Amino acid sequence: MDFIKEIFVFLKVRKKLWLAPIVAIMIIFGLLLIAAQGSVVAPFIYTLF
Amino acid sequence: MYILGVSAFYHDSAACLIKDGGIISAAQEERFSRIKHDSHFPVKAIKYCLSQAGIRARDISNVVFYEKPFLKFERLLETYLSFAPRGFSSFKSSMPVWVTDKLFQKSRITALLHAEVDDEVDWQKKLLFSEHHLSHAASAFFPSPFDKAAILTVDGVGEWATTTCSVGSSNKLEILKEIQFPHSLGLLYSAFTHYVGFKVNSGEYKLMGLAPYGKPRYTDLIKKNLVSIMSDGSFHLNMTYFNYGVGLTMTNEKFHDLFGGPPRQPESNLTERHMNIAASIQKVTEEIVIKLAQGIRDETKESNLCLAGGVALNCVANGILLRKKVFENIWIQPAAGDAGGALGAALAVWHLRHKKKRKIHNKKRDAMAGTYLGPSYSDNTIQRELENCGAVFSKVPEEKLINQVAYHLSNGKAIGWMQGRMEFGPRALGNRSILADPRSPDMQKQLNLKVKYRESFRPFAPSILKEHLSEWFEINEDSPYMLLVADIVQGKRLVTSKATEKLTGIDKLKAPRSEVPAITHVDYSARIQTVHSHSNPKFHKLIGEFHRLTGCPLVINTSFNIRGEPIVCTAKDAFSCFMGTELDLLAIENFLLFKKNQKTSLLQNYRSKYKLD
Repeated sequence: MDFIKEIFVFLKVRKKLWLAPIVAIMIIFGLLLIAAQGSVVAPFIYTLF
Repeated sequence: MYILGVSAFYHDSAACLIKDGGIISAAQEERFSRIKHDSHFPVKAIKYCLSQAGIRARDISNVVFYEKPFLKFERLLETYLSFAPRGFSSFKSSMPVWVTDKLFQKSRITALLHAEVDDEVDWQKKLLFSEHHLSHAASAFFPSPFDKAAILTVDGVGEWATTTCSVGSSNKLEILKEIQFPHSLGLLYSAFTHYVGFKVNSGEYKLMGLAPYGKPRYTDLIKKNLVSIMSDGSFHLNMTYFNYGVGLTMTNEKFHDLFGGPPRQPESNLTERHMNIAASIQKVTEEIVIKLAQGIRDETKESNLCLAGGVALNCVANGILLRKKVFENIWIQPAAGDAGGALGAALAVWHLRHKKKRKIHNKKRDAMAGTYLGPSYSDNTIQRELENCGAVFSKVPEEKLINQVAYHLSNGKAIGWMQGRMEFGPRALGNRSILADPRSPDMQKQLNLKVKYRESFRPFAPSILKEHLSEWFEINEDSPYMLLVADIVQGKRLVTSKATEKLTGIDKLKAPRSEVPAITHVDYSARIQTVHSHSNPKFHKLIGEFHRLTGCPLVINTSFNIRGEPIVCTAKDAFSCFMGTELDLLAIENFLLFKKNQKTSLLQNYRSKYKLD
């Protein structure tokens, strides 16, 4: 929770709140990549690109 | 008030402790862990800093990390977005690390401090983050002997900035302008380091050492295609030739086509083409550094310049900056790379956050104490370690030690010299050094091949008594940190034959060029350390005695390690290196060890212990 608060404040101070959804997507995507290492999720990721 | 500065997680982790703005201790983690360029959180270095000061962890008021992880993440994200869909392979390898680890550096550092340093301290409350280039700038200005100065920091990349121009006055420091990623002089130099077959982040020094063997035939090609240089020194890279923005390598096919072939394989033969490429990028780097310095001088009207960042370790460029007299005075942070960020971060918090006054005790001397900020060991500890190693040694009075070492130096012996506090920063400055006679024509080859186990083209540096500097080199400024290059004076050069002048490439090494050939590079230059009685009296006495015996006031000084090994820290490290190389003599404080007296069973195959750098 602290982390979400900190990153929100950071983006606000940097006037880059527009990055917030991208940060969220990137983090989800990154987590997917971790889950995908050697798993069935891998083909799903590669079809995105 | 004690402030602990920390740099970690990329390369060259380090810790530094300051007390009321004065530097107490600083050391790189690699010296304790024995892993070259160790990037782990510097637990051992922190513990050393605390023990040197004789304090407990709870006495620390602030811990400062040298850069801001969120800003770095922002740069990564925006870079990936701007290059997408290219860069997926880089994204794929870096994002999991960020998402699981680097993005949570605050809690990670706190957890590490709890687990490894003290569980009962509220580290979260004490933890602060500086900015990468602000840390560099602070490390350059606050310990300098100047009350006011312009500050230039140049490196690969921090968060966004790769180059900054700042101005410092008393306890204030303001960044005036910066150049941002991906336009980076450090990364441009690293790209060529990679292309010529050396490792990025450690081989840049080799590229600089290789440059004098070649001719700068590719300078125009580089300036026409790779980098546009403006009159104020700002520059713009043509990213179509580089891969570091999107990939896992520095250069791409277009770059390779431009320079006529793929990158050189590490450890393969170095050709004249590689030497010419090294000479060319060195020349371009010098041009950018000079123009940056002229630009910041015109803007700030300051007469003093402070330098830091990895590019500030390019002592050839520094030497030219000095000779061109762009500024009246130059001061370069000896730990100019990321390790020095730990020091800068701590000083930035003291002066900029707590707004504490800056004290300059002596306008001619900096606050680095000769950069001898690492650990020293008592005679009892050394004796115990040597006994545990099975070493045969004797303890002699200091005068006898100096006489004996100087005598053996003058007879061509290679000597391990470990004294006092270890140096902070990449250079050995007479406390963890290998010393030898610079007058011997064979010494450069002997030391490279039989002691250091490194490439034969690499030059050695001299340590010279400051009093005799201008008799030998075309320079009269102090260079206590071996960060300036100057040419040997005409009177000490040897007349070369026409056949010698025609030699090219590595063959140039065959011809002695001066009365001190072992430290004279093929272009008559040398990377100089001036030795002063106030900062290192014992080393000064030793060179003084060598001078009395030989008439030569300088010795070869190279770091006490072999290729790929961190510089020795303890007596045990020094003894291992001594027994694994063809060093003849070892002096640890006043303990003297001769190789011929040691048990042959203790000789070891040392070379295979360390990965080549």
